[in-house]
Amino acid sequence: MLDASKIREDFPILKRRVNDNPLIYFDNAATSQKPRQVIDAIRDFYENHNAGVHRAVHTLSQEATELYESAHDEVAGFINANGMEETVFVRGTTEAINLVAYAWGLRNLKRGDEVLVSLMEHHSNIVPWEMISGLTKAKVKYCEIHEDGTLNYESFENKMSAKTRVVSISHVSNVTGIVNDVKRVVRVAHENGALAVIDGAQSVPHIPVDVKDLDVDFLAFSGHKMLGPTGIGVLYGKKDILERMEPFQGGGGMIREVSFDPRKKMCSISWNTLPWKFEAGTPNVSGAVGLMEAVRYLKRLGMRNVRIHEEMLTKYALPRIKNVEKARIFGTEDTSVKCGIIPFGIEGLSSHDVALFLDNYGIMVRSGFHCAQPLHEVFKLSSTARASFYIYNTREEIDRFIEVLKEIGRF
Amino acid sequence: MVSLEDYVARTEGTCGKEQDIIVMFKFEKKDEAVKKILAKATMKKSIAGIISELTFGKYSFRLYGSGKAIFRDLQNKEELNALLSDLLS
Repeated sequence: MLDASKIREDFPILKRRVNDNPLIYFDNAATSQKPRQVIDAIRDFYENHNAGVHRAVHTLSQEATELYESAHDEVAGFINANGMEETVFVRGTTEAINLVAYAWGLRNLKRGDEVLVSLMEHHSNIVPWEMISGLTKAKVKYCEIHEDGTLNYESFENKMSAKTRVVSISHVSNVTGIVNDVKRVVRVAHENGALAVIDGAQSVPHIPVDVKDLDVDFLAFSGHKMLGPTGIGVLYGKKDILERMEPFQGGGGMIREVSFDPRKKMCSISWNTLPWKFEAGTPNVSGAVGLMEAVRYLKRLGMRNVRIHEEMLTKYALPRIKNVEKARIFGTEDTSVKCGIIPFGIEGLSSHDVALFLDNYGIMVRSGFHCAQPLHEVFKLSSTARASFYIYNTREEIDRFIEVLKEIGRF
Repeated sequence: MVSLEDYVARTEGTCGKEQDIIVMFKFEKKDEAVKKILAKATMKKSIAGIISELTFGKYSFRLYGSGKAIFRDLQNKEELNALLSDLLS
């Protein structure tokens, strides 16, 4: 069991007040707050070790390189990847999926091929595939979801065919918190000869994720949703697939050699080894250092304990929200298939009204489409308010949240 | 003529089908802005000044004690600016 009150001591921001009320941060699906350990690690990097990584002989560069490579190893261990070769650092989940779509999709998809996504996807797992579809004439197909927001596996399996080259599905919905049976999705994808790309933005920060157990080909996730800084994220990819792929972006760092042939008047270029082949330009070293510290923090807590804590909070919150007059919860309430994300609404009020009212009491929730417009269209909703929990949230905060919801319900 | 820049920190279109506009007043001017708007508009209902449903001419909107307002059914930014100028003058 996590001791949230002890954990809270590590998060300086949780001491602040908003609109004369103690801050209650329930917008963790958008981004998490950062513990002092992460903030200190980034500060220490800039105060003591800052330098460009790789291909320098001076002391600072060696220190920065060691930190940067250690961050890859730390993250690889966290998701049970085979090592840093399978762990590409990017800006975030969006860039990770774009990397696969452009570096793999653009070169391998063609007219007649299909990419299978679902209607519950975040826009970042729809738009890159639609963009690649526009370039390659491959077709993006959408598997349906049930009324309670769960994935319709029958629809998924019916839409799979020999034409399906890529399946790209979220592990956990960023709107409903529903945990998809990724093992099943991956198994079906592989049986049909398709690649399995998993959007882990909402799973890696909240539940134990083991890439070997899931057998995913690619897993994309962001550092900032798991206590790390913004601007750093991860693309896990199976080594043999990454090795066969051409780079996404070109520039420094991702090449082994760029040699000008005066006879041919052109450069011959060879790629660097993994993961650097996919990390063009000066990387976000301080972000990597912060992410490494965030991963260490989560490892100390134990991801199973993180899951248990959030399940406890969700079980506590769901009946209490339902009990509020005019309140409605969207999606399944079965916490065995759901993470700590609760989409809800108050009859007669827009989600933005609800969020603004809660903000008045220092309670931060998100409102709108949450970058998942197709899912809202399935639910026939113009928008939703969303409360999402993390390791530092408490039942007392939920009690306060319910008190304020009851007040807005009277409006 | 009131200068909106004196009062308005930021306006933001809401994410969702509603396409509402949220106006955030500058922290140091929010109390003055809220007072002015409450004096000009007609109150439909309110919860202790935290949220107020108001009308002004053909417009209806909600004003929050925290210094934010949410406007509906506006065609464009010019219409919003004209409305705000009337409310804050």
